[in-house]
Amino acid sequence: MEPRAFCSQSNVVIVAGKGGVGKTTVAATLAVTAARSGLRTLLVDVESTGSLPALFGRSAPLDYRSVTLVPATDGRGAISARAVTPDDALVEYLDDHGLRRVSKRMATTGTLELVATAIPGIKDILVLGKVKQLEQSGPARSQPAGGPGPGTPEPGAGPGPDLIVVDAPAAGHAVTFLTTARGMLDAIGVGPIRAQSADVLELLTDPARCQVLLVTLPEETPVNELVETAFHLEDRAGVKLAPVVVNGLIPPLALPDDAAEAAAAAGVEVSPAVAAALDAAGAFRRRRQDLQAAQVERLAAELPLPQLHLPLLWTSDLGAAEVETLAVALEGAVAGLPATPGIAPDGARREQGGR
Amino acid sequence: MPDDPRPPAPGRADPPGPPARDEGPALDELAARAEVLVCAGPGGVGKTTTAAAIAVHAALQGRRACVVTIDPAKRLADALGLAALGNEPHLVEGPWPEPGGLWALMLDTKSTFDDLVHRYAGGSAQAEAILANRFYRNISGALSGTQEYMAVEKLYELHETGRFDLVVVDTPPTRQALDFLDAPRRLMRFLDNRIFRLLMMPTRAGLRAVNVATQLFLRTVSRVVGGEVVREALAFFTAFEGMEQGFRERTDRVEALLRSPSTAFVLVATPRAGATAEAAYFAAKLGEAGLGVAAVVENRVFPHFGVPAALLEGKDAPTPAPGGYAALLANAADLDRVATSEDVHIASLVEHTPGAALVRVPFLAEEVHDLDGLVTVARHLFPGAG
Repeated sequence: MEPRAFCSQSNVVIVAGKGGVGKTTVAATLAVTAARSGLRTLLVDVESTGSLPALFGRSAPLDYRSVTLVPATDGRGAISARAVTPDDALVEYLDDHGLRRVSKRMATTGTLELVATAIPGIKDILVLGKVKQLEQSGPARSQPAGGPGPGTPEPGAGPGPDLIVVDAPAAGHAVTFLTTARGMLDAIGVGPIRAQSADVLELLTDPARCQVLLVTLPEETPVNELVETAFHLEDRAGVKLAPVVVNGLIPPLALPDDAAEAAAAAGVEVSPAVAAALDAAGAFRRRRQDLQAAQVERLAAELPLPQLHLPLLWTSDLGAAEVETLAVALEGAVAGLPATPGIAPDGARREQGGR
Repeated sequence: MPDDPRPPAPGRADPPGPPARDEGPALDELAARAEVLVCAGPGGVGKTTTAAAIAVHAALQGRRACVVTIDPAKRLADALGLAALGNEPHLVEGPWPEPGGLWALMLDTKSTFDDLVHRYAGGSAQAEAILANRFYRNISGALSGTQEYMAVEKLYELHETGRFDLVVVDTPPTRQALDFLDAPRRLMRFLDNRIFRLLMMPTRAGLRAVNVATQLFLRTVSRVVGGEVVREALAFFTAFEGMEQGFRERTDRVEALLRSPSTAFVLVATPRAGATAEAAYFAAKLGEAGLGVAAVVENRVFPHFGVPAALLEGKDAPTPAPGGYAALLANAADLDRVATSEDVHIASLVEHTPGAALVRVPFLAEEVHDLDGLVTVARHLFPGAG
């Protein structure tokens, strides 16, 4: 699949995963991949911790206004970013509903905390409601769901972003984050919050508008949690899951198991100490490669979703250059996906005459 | 939450907090002497495993150690017998020398809060009125900060029983590391909410006592979220009347325990940019609060293998991968590069935690999901122990 086609499958991609798996890095990587294919991309940070802008070499945390992280250049779409926090979203919501006079007071007296306690989930609805509004500001969003028609303007023509990438709350909360809308509809009979929940649910359950991309490491616990989250989301949220990203894979390297012998074969003489160190390093890598291969295999067996693999970059400092490298790697991984993943399995099944 | 502090952006230097101790005791001394150890740090760095391994070590040294975990991975929870148990410590079978032992407990936020309500309610009628209130059920289940508060509350309760020599607590994976310290006070502020104090005045002093602005404000809130919500919240605050004092005093005692010299904070991190920035921020906040980090545990550290640097220069793995000796050099160069970049983060966190002991736990080949795994981690945490 072409990177541009991959990044155009939905208007919004929500990136979710357990803490420490590189969820924010993958969100940034996806944004860069989209931008490299010419799409104007907006990164939305729902927690505003400062780690997202740092990946683009910026030290200031994001706030409610959108800033350009990477300007558009020849063929590349611009990447902008903003935070969408519940408090800001509430103030804006009240402003938009003609309640400007109380909005400030509500935010400063801690009333949001009270309201959020009375209605758990209202924060998620406010944040996702804002994401929905941003999505609607994008190009050709008046199109009915179900794919762009012939009259679709070129991406890049509309006022809003072509793709919105949301860096979701850490897993655990991610399931709540994405299932709240349905719960709110059940719990609330009338009123603006119900309407907002209905809008959010519509966004989440329309695969042409929104997909969820789950991230994991090739390790046991993160894989377990990913599988669990994936099934919860499919069952309870009704969201479409994009391929899963397995992050931090040690690139495979064939290593001889005797350094002294290998050195001799190469006509090099090494001391026993150096040979031992090389052997220890080799054993470490082989062990890790085996472990991660086993986890990747297990993930494939337990979760019938395509996998996209991103390499470990051998540094603990990730900046713009590393994210660019990962974006290239993501493009390589995407190239291995079938051209129309949503249709191919059905087609294949039909050819085989059903299961 | 508007008053939530934000971690600094990476790269911005935090003023290091004042060192709490001139010369920090090593981790094994803490495990031998401390009565309470709090493992704090960013999400996904191995706090639960570290807390459990410290407790295992203390138990092996003959102490009665209890570990309070928040969100253990399922297999570890099963191995510790946590899954089936309630909110009480459970003895884990193991080779503990007398009088030592390991107890484990998985925090149940709601029942911990229910216990508190029972303790401070003026009678069973008041307790039942509160426990049945939907707003209360949301507070005990979903209010941000409640889990953190109940973790320290449980810690206090366990310490008070005198049944344990050491209580080790694993803090919740909060997005803001400070929540843990701040949670009791934040919950008190919440329970003291001015708006709802005003809202309750009609029951005491007549409707006119509420000023016009507040009435308008509440009408607006009702309009947006529904009158039912406001009524339920009001019912909760009415039922809660008279209990604030008990809660406040308890909060003060919990805080006093956190500040006691027999309590120490263990900062857990991994040597990556994001985790280091968050951990350094937490260390600074502890310093501001007059508390100190007693020990830093760096988890998942790539080892140095000691291959001479001269051999590795310019030995990036080419594509396609080479075989033989060149591959061994390329591998050693890869591993050396990541270990060297991690050293920078470790050094930076050490700088932010003056006086704290540092322990590195290497990237382990096996995941930790049983007692044997915890013993392995404990060996790395306490290399001096027999």
